[in-house]
Amino acid sequence: METLAKTDLREVKQSYNRAAERIHKRVVICAGTGCIANGALKVYEAFEKAVQEAGMSLFVELELNYHDDHKTIQLTGSGCQGFCAQGPLVNILPDETMYTKVKVEDVPEIVEKSLIQDEVIERLLYKNPVDGSRSKGQTEIPFYKRQNRLVLGECGHVDPQNIREYIAHNGYQAAEKAFTEMKPEDVCQTIFESGLRGRGGGGFPTGKKWQLTLQEPSEKKYVICNGDEGDPGAFMDRSLMEGNPHRVLEGMMIAARAVGADEAYVYVRLEYPLAVSRMRKAIEDAMDAGVLGENIFDSGHDMFIHIMEGAGAFVCGEETALMASIEGKRGMPMPKPPFPAQKGLFGKPTVINNVETLAAVPLIIRNGATWFNAYGTANSKGTKTFALTGHVANTGLIEVPFGTTLREIVYNIGGGVTDDDGKVTGEGFKAVQIGGPSGGCLTEEDLDLPLDYDNLIAKGAMVGSGGLVVMNKQSCMVQIARFFMNFTQSESCGKCVPCREGTKQMLSLLDEIIDGTATQETFDLLEEVGQVVKKASLCGLGKTAPSPVLSTIVKFREEYMQHIHNKRCPTNNCKALASISIDPEKCIGCTACARKCPVGAISGEKKQLHFIDAEVCTKCGVCHQVCKFDAIIGFN
Amino acid sequence: MKTETNNKIRQFDQVLEIIQKHKYQKTRLITILQEVQEVYRFLPQEVLTYVATALDMPVAEVYGVATFYAHFSLEAKGKYVIKVCDGTACHVKGSSKLLDTLRSQLKLNKEKHTTDDMLFTIEAVSCLGACGLAPVMVINEQVYGEVNSARCSEILKQIIEKETEMASAS
Repeated sequence: METLAKTDLREVKQSYNRAAERIHKRVVICAGTGCIANGALKVYEAFEKAVQEAGMSLFVELELNYHDDHKTIQLTGSGCQGFCAQGPLVNILPDETMYTKVKVEDVPEIVEKSLIQDEVIERLLYKNPVDGSRSKGQTEIPFYKRQNRLVLGECGHVDPQNIREYIAHNGYQAAEKAFTEMKPEDVCQTIFESGLRGRGGGGFPTGKKWQLTLQEPSEKKYVICNGDEGDPGAFMDRSLMEGNPHRVLEGMMIAARAVGADEAYVYVRLEYPLAVSRMRKAIEDAMDAGVLGENIFDSGHDMFIHIMEGAGAFVCGEETALMASIEGKRGMPMPKPPFPAQKGLFGKPTVINNVETLAAVPLIIRNGATWFNAYGTANSKGTKTFALTGHVANTGLIEVPFGTTLREIVYNIGGGVTDDDGKVTGEGFKAVQIGGPSGGCLTEEDLDLPLDYDNLIAKGAMVGSGGLVVMNKQSCMVQIARFFMNFTQSESCGKCVPCREGTKQMLSLLDEIIDGTATQETFDLLEEVGQVVKKASLCGLGKTAPSPVLSTIVKFREEYMQHIHNKRCPTNNCKALASISIDPEKCIGCTACARKCPVGAISGEKKQLHFIDAEVCTKCGVCHQVCKFDAIIGFN
Repeated sequence: MKTETNNKIRQFDQVLEIIQKHKYQKTRLITILQEVQEVYRFLPQEVLTYVATALDMPVAEVYGVATFYAHFSLEAKGKYVIKVCDGTACHVKGSSKLLDTLRSQLKLNKEKHTTDDMLFTIEAVSCLGACGLAPVMVINEQVYGEVNSARCSEILKQIIEKETEMASAS
């Protein structure tokens, strides 16, 4: 691509849009991690082939000065469109037809009917799991219709690997404005007035953080974009970096302008190789285009962005640990103060923001603080992305204004709760785990609670990074608490005693409950240790590590008591507490279980009902696995 | 014996190249180790010593970093590294059952991660961020979504068949 040095952004935008108008149809194939896993790249190749075979011209990179009377098709991959369970997704513009679960075999038909002609192929449209009705495009599908996709907006429309397309969507205008028309103080003030708060978990006002860093007298300052999204069940930052990397870069540039930095780092998890490569390409393209580098926008300011790949440590999501990791050390947190704003990366004042926070910044500068703070509640402005997963019909990435209720998210956007076989059931809802290993759970009584920072803290949960895992009635909450405890225990960096030892003790106490050896004392101790870890740990990881346990103790005390006193798991998930028997209605006497039982606990003649000797049975579950007739009772 | 020595020398050649690329900067240690591991699939002890000496750092410090991060392995891994996601979404959708199936089929357990023929290594990893497709497993770079026991056996079978074919062809 020719260098756009001293870029005239408007010129690029106009010429690109003029060229785009002459395109007959545009095919956008979702190329997020989810859709790629479902075969999106093969679908992409099939389109390339089929379009050319049909004698149409094909652009992957839009040529600005083409003169062609033939029907021209533009084929692009996009970032994550959010509706991962329905992938691979194919959007056809300007018709706004969205095809779901597209296979290579479907492609010739799509080219013939929907590209050459304007027909819609009914069977490939989204099918509503409840009533079987079909919806044509994003404006009609309930999953999308009820969202406000501001930050995610361009993900799924723009080609993440094409800087000109980003510019054509008003990209880098906000950065240009910040560098050429605004003073650093004004940038901080605008962000402060917008009410934007950190999207990574803490919820600290972003404008305030920037002001504090701006005040520090220092020749050298840094900006860091925290893309170490380690919370299990969260993938919004991944989707943003994969789907709209230039927006993240633009946000970082504006942050740098606001605090007076000229160098920035993006710290990305190693588990996200696609995000790393897209961010890397975006940085290269921005350097080539002169958007990054020396004297950007003729403002006299320089701006350089580096990428740093993590190496698999959850604690590096904590800001001081992350900075240690960039410096090449073990990622261990430091006590605060001094805060990064005073003494951060390489000892210099540093602003460190989450990916989603930074991605919101260009929108605020472009559209103004009042545009942004019209969304949300009194103390939580704007929108929040959530990764909606678990036992829910429409899993995927969503964005809603703060203040949206859980009911709206789970039932209207999510399409309802599913059972273990994936069918939607009306009464299956048990809980939602929000905020990952630092968060807590919400139950049926919280369904109408408007979700925002303060309401969730009051309920013992937190927005966190935004993982929302829906659980149905077959889920054991003690097991869920153990799952998170196991995670934080293994990710504890070991620096401070309360976290290192406390999480270990809590895990073994939970194991006792699950193994059926616990007493009331175990339970009391668990609660007590939890409080100590919460109060005495050094960093956010330890301080919030007991949250899933403490929160389930409050909400599901009875379930814990059943495990402890009655040695019974109400959902039959805890093997050691299972009471195993054979269903006489279902057993046909095939002898499969008896032959496989490692301890010889099952007896019975061929074609006769079999029995399990509870004294001998070790509850290993092999019989349940081998039984083809689902006749073993007691395992979930 | 001679070839082995030559191999060792070549090994350090590549390490040196990586270190030179990063201008002997201590702050680039993590990136250096990542690139070294990409070449050798793990971090052999003598390579760690070499890196430490080249960067003028105590070996203990390099070892400390190498053992702190989950990505670094001080043991050789199999040709196919199977990562089973154990994030929340995958967990509630049965990733532990998937792990059990894999382990029993490959005769591995919680302590033994790599098969004797060095073909497979199984790792339970934290969230891979493909929660919409839970449960997820990744074999080398390829992501597989909504993997149940049957599908998982099928995938393993294909790899083993491919490997046997390749072995008999050569």
